[in-house]
Amino acid sequence: MLDSVLVANRGEIARRVIRTARRTGIRAVAVYSDADEDLPYVAEADEAVRIGPAQPARSYLDAAALMAAARKTGAAAVHPGYGFLAENAGFARQVIAAGLTWVGPDPGAIEQMGDKIRARNLMERAGVPVSPGSREPVTDVAAAVAEADRIGYPVMVKAAAGGGGIGMGAAADEAGLRAAFETARSRAERFFGSPEILLERYIERARHVEVQILGLADGRVLALGERDCSVQRRHQKVAEETPSPGVSAGLRERMLAAAVLAGEAVGYRGAGTVECLVDALEGSFVFLEMNTRLQVEHPVTELVTGIDLVEQQFLIAAGEPPSFDPAAVRPAGHALELRVYAEDPVRFLPGPGTITEWAEPAGDGVRVDAGYQAGNTVTPFYDPLLAKLCVYGADREQSLARARDAVAAFRIAGPKTNLLFHADLLASPDFAAGSYDTSLVSKLRPV
Amino acid sequence: MAEVRAEMVANVWKVVAAEGDHVDDGDTLVILESMKMEIPVLAEGPGVVTKMHVAEGDVVQEGDLIASVG
Repeated sequence: MLDSVLVANRGEIARRVIRTARRTGIRAVAVYSDADEDLPYVAEADEAVRIGPAQPARSYLDAAALMAAARKTGAAAVHPGYGFLAENAGFARQVIAAGLTWVGPDPGAIEQMGDKIRARNLMERAGVPVSPGSREPVTDVAAAVAEADRIGYPVMVKAAAGGGGIGMGAAADEAGLRAAFETARSRAERFFGSPEILLERYIERARHVEVQILGLADGRVLALGERDCSVQRRHQKVAEETPSPGVSAGLRERMLAAAVLAGEAVGYRGAGTVECLVDALEGSFVFLEMNTRLQVEHPVTELVTGIDLVEQQFLIAAGEPPSFDPAAVRPAGHALELRVYAEDPVRFLPGPGTITEWAEPAGDGVRVDAGYQAGNTVTPFYDPLLAKLCVYGADREQSLARARDAVAAFRIAGPKTNLLFHADLLASPDFAAGSYDTSLVSKLRPV
Repeated sequence: MAEVRAEMVANVWKVVAAEGDHVDDGDTLVILESMKMEIPVLAEGPGVVTKMHVAEGDVVQEGDLIASVG
């Protein structure tokens, strides 16, 4: 077992990783920027190290500062959380070169999946369905127009090195494509340091469904069920649930098998997520991308399987078998996660501020993974996630009913929050019926 | 004289308009960044930018003056 771990992240995910580390007897080291000194995760770690000023580039993205903190505290391993350097193969290599354990997949797997074009090509060869799209990077608008003509409109334009929906845009025709291409290219250069763009056939009215995989130390790859992430604004997830109400038993079986193939194709170790687009009417799916780290919405899988995914990450990184019997995994019940963001509930614009009141809901089936508490200041430097309100029920109906009560009971004052949006979501007939797709949020909040 | 103010705490990512520029209703003056989102600050009517109160890299608080358009 690992002796100690440095958690190279902040907020709710740092706190979540620290919780399992401490429960399993691993000494937890937190790192923080000047903006985060008072957050709960810093106090809950066994040790905490300041790594720099608020700007991410000078703190959570500063590999040298993180490595220095690991040396100073004698940490034996590094857990990257999600975002920041979690999918940075160079950082993973630095950790390994320093003789520490990287709590994540092999840097080679991160690299192969981080380039969306390479990943698509690899998946296609492995027998995983992909939509018509680019096999090589598109770097100028004339090439994009030619590529879109070949693929067929509508197309989705995105950064080959990207993630988090940043710079992504759909285009229905050539004029739309030219605009979407310029946006995607400037964002790609700014956020990901690479102007390479890829085009894919855009599937309208699709559901966004992903499969949790776990690559074991002995090389086996398990699929631990799916999560439906179709509730999105700006191509970013707001709510997730498992099982997906839009996936039949037969489709689930095919998706889980494809996700295992995807993991095996890159020799995947640890927790990863294979994201797909599902055409619920046709009962078909295509590979979208693979995230080579713990996913934000991993708690819903934990709630229906009873498996602590962070614990498995630690065990696998140490070369040990998982804490559960892979042959006996039987997901039961239903779980929902609502992302509580510091943003207004109508236009979804950021609303940082100082938290004057923070009262979390409690009760049967309610789990709150929070990054903040009363007295903390939510700053503009990082993403707007305040907390993940997760709810478990014996079935979807019970879980939604518990979620309605929990949303009403969650009290946050100070920053703006999207709790009212979640109340509207849970009251919406489309969501309640389960027959929604990625257009749901725009229907609930028409511009 | 129209005073354009910040709607939220944010970092100034890009100053698009310069002092002396003529702008129309809806033109982008400045692009703010908050919580990994870009928020364009727009002119609310036609006029000339008489004063730009922020520079790239500044942190603005809710209600801070960004630009004066006359």
